[in-house]
Amino acid sequence: MKRLNKNRIKKDPPIKTIKQEKRQTTIAGGGIKDKLIAYRDLHVHAFFSSLSRMIATPFSSIMTIAVLAISISLASGFYIVVVNIQQLTGNLETSNQISLFLRDDVNDVHAKKLFENIRGNESVQNIKLISKEQGLADFKEYSGFGGAINALKKNPLPIVIEVLPKNTLNDKQGLDELLKSFQQLPEVDFAQLDLEWVERLQAIVDVAQLFASLLNILLAAAVLFVIGNTVRLEFYGRRSEVVISKLVGATNAFIRRPFLYTGFWIGFISGVSAWFIVTILMLILRGSVERVSGLFQNDMHLLFLSFTETLFLISASSILGILGAWVVLYFELRVAKS
Amino acid sequence: MISFANVTKRYEETGDVLRNVSFQLEKGDMAFLTGHSGAGKSTLLRLIAAMERCSRGQIVVDGQDLNAAKESQLPYIRRKMGFIYQDYKLLHDRTVFDNVALPLIIAGYGHQEVARRVRAALEKVSLHGKERKYPLALSGGEQQRVGIARAVVNKPPIIIADEPTGNLDPELSAEIMHLFRQFQQVGVTILIATHDISLISQLDNRVLKLDHGQLVQS
Repeated sequence: MKRLNKNRIKKDPPIKTIKQEKRQTTIAGGGIKDKLIAYRDLHVHAFFSSLSRMIATPFSSIMTIAVLAISISLASGFYIVVVNIQQLTGNLETSNQISLFLRDDVNDVHAKKLFENIRGNESVQNIKLISKEQGLADFKEYSGFGGAINALKKNPLPIVIEVLPKNTLNDKQGLDELLKSFQQLPEVDFAQLDLEWVERLQAIVDVAQLFASLLNILLAAAVLFVIGNTVRLEFYGRRSEVVISKLVGATNAFIRRPFLYTGFWIGFISGVSAWFIVTILMLILRGSVERVSGLFQNDMHLLFLSFTETLFLISASSILGILGAWVVLYFELRVAKS
Repeated sequence: MISFANVTKRYEETGDVLRNVSFQLEKGDMAFLTGHSGAGKSTLLRLIAAMERCSRGQIVVDGQDLNAAKESQLPYIRRKMGFIYQDYKLLHDRTVFDNVALPLIIAGYGHQEVARRVRAALEKVSLHGKERKYPLALSGGEQQRVGIARAVVNKPPIIIADEPTGNLDPELSAEIMHLFRQFQQVGVTILIATHDISLISQLDNRVLKLDHGQLVQS
């Protein structure tokens, strides 16, 4: 009582204060512009407060984000591997080259004669003779098995003639006929159309690509569930705040907003972390991959996630975060109302 | 302002908690809601707050039929009411200012307007200068007045109080009741649930008495 009395003596009676205030309010007015600014401020506030809430509980935030980052990097890592293999087979696809492996008993002079013979064939565009010695030298250089090869007493490699036919890949029949005619030469042990290998490899890559897509769908679902569960726990942790906000007239959209931003942050940070994980893994792998590509005598360079792919990765994980939060809140708020 | 017509609330597990309750509060009325614990006081307040819907009958708050209102309209109806609780229901991780500002922020007021109104509301309950304190740093009476400031900051035409003096000593209770009378004088409709008989007897206000879910005095 004492405090209130003092107050009343000092100031106008409270009744009057209310009336004065009401007048002021109507003068100040809540214009549309003010409301829009207030609405923007709400979003800005939710944007940063949800982040600071995550920082306030660093341990659980880091655990959640680590799980998600690893899942997302698995998905995008597998994807980038498939992309790289596709690049490899893409380069090979243009090759309609035929390799003729000569019999072991064919000597260099004989091989040279055969080489000249085939060069005369009008359906041959280009031709190359690889002697036993050169084949061995190439193999030593690119395979990394130099030491093991040196241990062999006798060169195990055959003489190879590489023929580039004039027939293009589209003329499959022409290529097949040419292949058959080479196969029938007595000096030829084995004629191989490189394309067949490419086709087999392509089929394997197709399977891997399908597997990558399925894996991505599964991991996206995992991300959705993990984020949903995290947001659900946060929702229960802030239950009293939700109830109080509801009592003072908060709409569901108002209650949802900070949690949706939490979902966004978890997804966004996980996506960025996943990008770093994939990029670091690729940097570690780069050396070995370039050795392999040398082995294939192929000008292949390791492809990293491109700008668009990075953008997709990060926005997809952010959207998954918002979506996961939204689904959980939809059900939680529906339960809360009944 | 608040009208109940034959309102019944039934729960699957416990049966009828309120039975055929009818009463009417006009603008500027101040009434006590009393009754033994379990008589249905809290349920009645939850129905007014539209946190639950009644099983039968009609509840009209400020001209709006709560049964007919869509789920999405309920938040806007709640903004016409200020709620005060025995346990204050304050957010402990927010300052006094932020607690009182919550209804205004929810209603989408601009910064300056929020600051001005919060200061005015805190002044009304003699808590100016405590804006930056956290609720747990305040005494029980002060926390209750923060709760009252939050309930009136939006200038609602209705105030609903659930045992507002339950945790307070007689002197503080009298202060709180004095505040309520001031609000009543400017035309606010007030319903106070309490079983503090001495409080009721001191004041010459209307008393709604519930007994086993039925209104026995109104």
